[in-house]
Amino acid sequence: MAGKKTGRLLGALILLALIGTPFKAFGLSEAYQGNIFSVGILKPKDSHLKVKIGDRAPDFTLPAVSGGKITLNHYQGKKNVVLSFVPAAWTPVCSDQWPGYNIVQGLFLEHEAVLLGITVDNLPTLFAWTNQMGKLWFPVLSDFWPHGLVADRYGVLRSDGTAERALIIIDKKGIIRYIDVHDINKRPRLETLVRELEKLEK
Amino acid sequence: MKRLIFLLILLCLFLSSSLLWAAGTPPRPGELFPDLSLPIPKNPKEKAYLGLTGDGSFTLVQVKTQVVIIEIFSMYCPYCQKEAPLINELYRAIEEDPGLKGKIKVLGIGVGNSSFEVGIFKKNYSIPFPLFADEDLIFHQTLGGVRTPYFVAVKLDKDKTIRVIFSELGSIHKAKPFLQKITKLAELQ
Repeated sequence: MAGKKTGRLLGALILLALIGTPFKAFGLSEAYQGNIFSVGILKPKDSHLKVKIGDRAPDFTLPAVSGGKITLNHYQGKKNVVLSFVPAAWTPVCSDQWPGYNIVQGLFLEHEAVLLGITVDNLPTLFAWTNQMGKLWFPVLSDFWPHGLVADRYGVLRSDGTAERALIIIDKKGIIRYIDVHDINKRPRLETLVRELEKLEK
Repeated sequence: MKRLIFLLILLCLFLSSSLLWAAGTPPRPGELFPDLSLPIPKNPKEKAYLGLTGDGSFTLVQVKTQVVIIEIFSMYCPYCQKEAPLINELYRAIEEDPGLKGKIKVLGIGVGNSSFEVGIFKKNYSIPFPLFADEDLIFHQTLGGVRTPYFVAVKLDKDKTIRVIFSELGSIHKAKPFLQKITKLAELQ
């Protein structure tokens, strides 16, 4: 009993130490001028995938920040698709992910791929947030209502209603070729994504 | 049991304080700057620019110059992307001025970026000066975890000390006035 208690106490103390650690690495761009909400360290993954490599990607239609709607199946036979789910607008790592993709449009074009950025935020929030990133070349989609429906269909909706930081590559046939449900606290390295895109052509 | 808890609390306090110490503070003008160790660039032009030979690593004092302007950036930071052409202009303004060429060198440190990501930034903005990856945020922590873009100018003294002459967050606004300011602070003219 005493051992259990000590264990719990130790756990709580470690957790406290972690929460207390300032989250220094992300969302530091002056572009956001202190508007990034500090989330601390989160549970790395908090959902169960409902799709696997080789599956047909579940179709969806979502509204885009730039206006209109985007339907996944419309790309079938034409383009590879990279879905980039990020947890939420105005949070540290996410604010640091899409601006990077924004300067590598050429890498996506080279591999005949489109990028679709998705969060569970509503359109006005996404509008204000993505405006700080400069002009994005790829569509940003809102999976706000019914809340997180698409994220849930893929199994990347977390228990608090945000999405995982997940990258999913769907080939021209509509088949899922790569899934990375990343540690939510970390940004996936760009070279990993590029390497996976290179594999598609083989 | 109580002793164990006490020891645990002590341990936690120690851990959290050591984290704080490791974080460092942003450099301030007049202070000494840490002699950062960086990998010698493979690109012969960059190597020559820094006045280095061979392989392995070098430290700031080895750079053949009197002043180094260090840009702390991230490939993922929108303002750093916007700033990139301006810093290229700054580099050119130095290289085209016979009175300054060789006396002021520019380099960039990509915080939280892999070498690949730094390479993308370099290629995308045709950056002529050397950029280094700080993927594990070692320098970033030494520099107090500053926001980006951040600019530090240091003067390398003959006695091998490195002194901060400029340290500010945000855009340099205009290349030539910024260069004049650095030149004045460094007492180069």
